[in-house]
Amino acid sequence: MGRAARPAISGDKGRTNLSTAALVSMYRTMYTIRRFEQRSLDLHKQGAFRRSGIHPYIGQEAVAVGVCAALGPDDLIASTHRGHGHAIAKGADIGRMIAELAGRRDGYCKGRGGSMHIADFTRGNLGANGIAAGGVPVAVGAALASQILGTRKVAVTFFGEGAANQGVFLESLNLASVWKLPVIFVCENNLYAISIPAALTLPLPDVAIRGRGFGVPGIVVDGQQVLEVYGAACMAVKRARRGEGPTLIECKTYRFEGHSTVSPVPRRPAEEVEAWTARDPIRLFEQLLDAVEGVSTEALTKVREEVDLAVEAAVEFALSSPEPEVEQLFEDIYA
Amino acid sequence: MTERTEATDRAPPRQLTYAQALREALVEEMERDPRVFVLGQDIASHGGIFKVTDGLLGRFGRDRVRDTPISESAIVGAAVGAAVVGARPVVEIMFVDFLTLGMDQLVNQAAKIRYFSGGHAAVPMVVRTQGGAGGGFAAQHSQSLESWFVHVPGLKVVMPATPADAKGLLKSAIRDDNPVIFIEHKMLYFTKGPVPEGDYLVPLGRADVKRMGQDVTVVATSGMVPRALEAAEQLAAEDIDVEVIDPRTLLPLDTETILSSVHKTNRVVVVVESVGRAGVGSDISALISEEAFFDLDAPVCRVHGRFAPVPYNERLEKAWMPSREQIVDAIRRVLT
Repeated sequence: MGRAARPAISGDKGRTNLSTAALVSMYRTMYTIRRFEQRSLDLHKQGAFRRSGIHPYIGQEAVAVGVCAALGPDDLIASTHRGHGHAIAKGADIGRMIAELAGRRDGYCKGRGGSMHIADFTRGNLGANGIAAGGVPVAVGAALASQILGTRKVAVTFFGEGAANQGVFLESLNLASVWKLPVIFVCENNLYAISIPAALTLPLPDVAIRGRGFGVPGIVVDGQQVLEVYGAACMAVKRARRGEGPTLIECKTYRFEGHSTVSPVPRRPAEEVEAWTARDPIRLFEQLLDAVEGVSTEALTKVREEVDLAVEAAVEFALSSPEPEVEQLFEDIYA
Repeated sequence: MTERTEATDRAPPRQLTYAQALREALVEEMERDPRVFVLGQDIASHGGIFKVTDGLLGRFGRDRVRDTPISESAIVGAAVGAAVVGARPVVEIMFVDFLTLGMDQLVNQAAKIRYFSGGHAAVPMVVRTQGGAGGGFAAQHSQSLESWFVHVPGLKVVMPATPADAKGLLKSAIRDDNPVIFIEHKMLYFTKGPVPEGDYLVPLGRADVKRMGQDVTVVATSGMVPRALEAAEQLAAEDIDVEVIDPRTLLPLDTETILSSVHKTNRVVVVVESVGRAGVGSDISALISEEAFFDLDAPVCRVHGRFAPVPYNERLEKAWMPSREQIVDAIRRVLT
């Protein structure tokens, strides 16, 4: 329980059996998320989207990538309003994602959902969500179907520490535990619910401890260290597949940007911002790859260049996609 | 598998209660499709507070017949999640009043997923619940909240009034790939009627003419259907020939059957149990005014619950509910 679980999986590579190629692939995904968000922020600023805005995932990349690396392609995730990172980590097509941000016909929701509703059922992403904790019981239900239908799929729900104060989170934790469902609750504690510091809404600093009241193991991990997240997720996946029930993983992380492009960056203590941005998950992973794995700076630079090109291609695809026809307003309301 | 619909041969009459008819639908659908499962409060060994799920546990086991914690939001949400990945959950929410606690999952999740997914996802789930006054359950256990759900694109809303419709509509709801809110009426569970055996389906979105008539159309829903039929029988003695139409499905609504009846009778009374403001009754009334204004010989008349919380006291509750007398008066009014 709590921090005691931390030493079991540290940030170093020692305890994972990932190949160098797999580690570099994780790096590539983390950097893709970063680049995707930066370009999306640029495009938003330039007025290319002309819509409400986006919730950037910058600073939290290690969480989505660490968790999704522990999942198989058939496993399922339910995401949040800050969902671009989860979607990319689960294999989404970034061209279709940007097309959705731009409200275009080739977007994941055919331009009808926008940033907060990108879903990719072909890759097990049950969707981002505009409601805090809205996806939590959905993931529980996906795990329930897995249990009833015997598909052995594991479901993950991502949510913030703000959403941990929704009643449905506690209801879901309880339901998943009494039915021993193969679901993993991943709390991304980024310390702010829009503008409100976690200390004002959480009586205890850790959300993970809430698992105890429901018989769900709660683990706190360093959400800036992708391999630490990965290790905890692997353990939770193993438990889920063995039929041992849910796990609650709290990833301590930080939202580098503001809540969204339409809300100002909250006033945060300068030393807090400095301490967290010094622990940029991508920088930390680069250091690890270099020191432990011997991956050269040049090799990583090459990865980044490739990603930059891919993101530009995605932007080009998205912005050349047509606007939806007005008739499409009425499409897909019913199956 | 041969499906029998009401259009084809009806089975010889066999009397079942509304509750038994619902149970038969559940049993048949669970036997037909292993992806169908039921969950809700007190539905397993207790068999549901109105005994609709009685016997399912012994027949289908704990995996597919699940008692849940008192957590409506998580239950409805779990059904949404199970449905999008290929199961076909049937949730029982004990009272429609309690569905307020699951509204986010219904309105913001279930109803939107197909649209947001660009048509890739389906949400084949049914929320069975019951509402209505008349049992002395007071204001948190007696409401008629169907209008809330009819207001949401992406949901379907069904309200059966007879045992046969209860069976046929529930089977269709379970086979539908969309979220269906299936609202039963607590005062109808022990009413009896003929119910066809076997695979009997009533399609969603089709109204039923419960009584043919020439002089006036009464559109009535749920528990108001038997009441409207009583009013019609009373007026038959005075040679007033009343047609009673039960939409059965409020969303989608069979506007054609309603409008063609109005075209024939030129006079309409709309009877719903819910309060009048912003309700299904107003909606149907508006439809008729907009689409059949020149067919009308009198303004559309609405009969509905009073605009007050449903009271406990029997005398007050009776005063709250639309009565047969009120329906009779309304019919006389549109005929003058």
